[in-house]
Amino acid sequence: MATRAEPRQATVISDRSFSFLANARKEAEQRGLFDVPIVDCDCHVYETTATREIARYIENPAVRRPFERYSEAMIMHAMMPGNLGDRNVAGRIKTDLDAHLPTGKYNGVHPIASGLLHSMDQMAIDYAILFPTPMLTLGTHPQPEVEVELARAYNRWLIEQVLVASPRIRTLAYLPLSDPDASVAFVEEFADRPGVLGFMVTAVRYQPIHQNRFMKVFAALNEGGLPLAFHSGPNWSDRPFEQLNRFISAHALGFPFYAMVQLTNVVINGLPERFPRIRFIFMEAGQAWVPFLIARLDNEYRQRSSEAPLLKRLPSDYIRQMFFTTQPFEHLRSAEHTRTVLEMMDGRHSLLYSSDYPHQDFDLPSQIWDLPFLTGDEKRDILGGNAMRLFGLPAPARTPSSQ
Amino acid sequence: MADQGVEYRICPLNQLPEGGGVLAVAGEVEVGVFRVRGRVHAYENRCRHQGGPVCTGEILGRYEQVLNPDGTVIGERFNPDQLRIACPWHGWEYDLETGRCTADPGYRLRRFPVEVRDGDVFIRV
Repeated sequence: MATRAEPRQATVISDRSFSFLANARKEAEQRGLFDVPIVDCDCHVYETTATREIARYIENPAVRRPFERYSEAMIMHAMMPGNLGDRNVAGRIKTDLDAHLPTGKYNGVHPIASGLLHSMDQMAIDYAILFPTPMLTLGTHPQPEVEVELARAYNRWLIEQVLVASPRIRTLAYLPLSDPDASVAFVEEFADRPGVLGFMVTAVRYQPIHQNRFMKVFAALNEGGLPLAFHSGPNWSDRPFEQLNRFISAHALGFPFYAMVQLTNVVINGLPERFPRIRFIFMEAGQAWVPFLIARLDNEYRQRSSEAPLLKRLPSDYIRQMFFTTQPFEHLRSAEHTRTVLEMMDGRHSLLYSSDYPHQDFDLPSQIWDLPFLTGDEKRDILGGNAMRLFGLPAPARTPSSQ
Repeated sequence: MADQGVEYRICPLNQLPEGGGVLAVAGEVEVGVFRVRGRVHAYENRCRHQGGPVCTGEILGRYEQVLNPDGTVIGERFNPDQLRIACPWHGWEYDLETGRCTADPGYRLRRFPVEVRDGDVFIRV
């Protein structure tokens, strides 16, 4: 009878503590993703953790004073539009642990940049395009001057304190669309600042973007041939969602809802015909809504084209020229169905990988890499190639293609 | 326990709390070892969704809604007899006794054979 081998002793970690992103590095290493150029087109900073720093950049003293004096919790309560909903499912999701990201590895740079670079290195991301978090609700603030003042201060702070840390960190500067004149001034001030790749408008807002007062903003963007992103979000307090009693419902419908409103206004009012140099991007609404909207708008347009007189082609022809970030990547039960969704929106050319990290529904690059129906070149385009061409980013230094 | 793989001693059974567990490194593999209703279960610390550290997550009873016969809702409660573990990355939940994803049972955590011998817990990787 064979002798039983002596057992080895496992190393026990009694309290099940862990490094939050250690598994992300393992997943990337297993797939060889550190050799693939990856651009994360939508990740986030919790800018309210740097309120005092941002306050120093606020010009209007009346707006600045509460940001100088109040705690982060008080600012969220008193100065920011509400954004109801328990993202972390009663504590099951632990993204709050990001507050303890190691910062020592990147000495001399802002802690927010340090934490971001750490997470990028864990996920094999070469470039990260950074957006705020609580400020994504500012489009509904009843005081337009608060959106303008805070956005200007945030943009200046981000550029001078965070983006300066590394050419790997970029942004689409916040555009306060509630004030068209201020928005034009923002384009003039920020378009050429280091690290700025274009502009972002929050999709959750109630200014109809087709009105004549906004055309000066689109004209300024068009003149520079600049990307314009609509970053979506949920708004559980909005009337259409008051009937929904669970955040899962408001979250699932909210992101594509506001993206569809903005995209429909862009297309039906012929903004791509009027401003053909703007590269429109729709962020954080997934993909499945795009074929739905293509079907709806093409069908309606064939019946009522007189209501969209600026269009020279079907709505889908314009939509297929736009860009969409991948997160949250929606896996249908059949990979064939997922493939069809991507084909309908020309995903090989239109999709831009995004993590949404550190938000609770973040996606690793493996979400794209593991899709069984994509070729290697298609994966590389979605993970980084499309974004590098769209934004004019150089090949990242650590990838073989740049050596 | 089948003899395939390498056997690792985890810890004495009495150090494994009922309804809880430990995280252990066994060779190249991180393993969560849990004790549920007297039985011991071992799973790879890798969520089937995106590879998150699932075995470090919160352990909670199944959250269930209680109905009247007429379909009206009485209320909601945690069921302590059906323990689940939630991945801290995205909240995917798994039955702690079967390793199956509770929302989509087609997904299942990688499971390792467990043996309790002479008061110690062993797994084979």
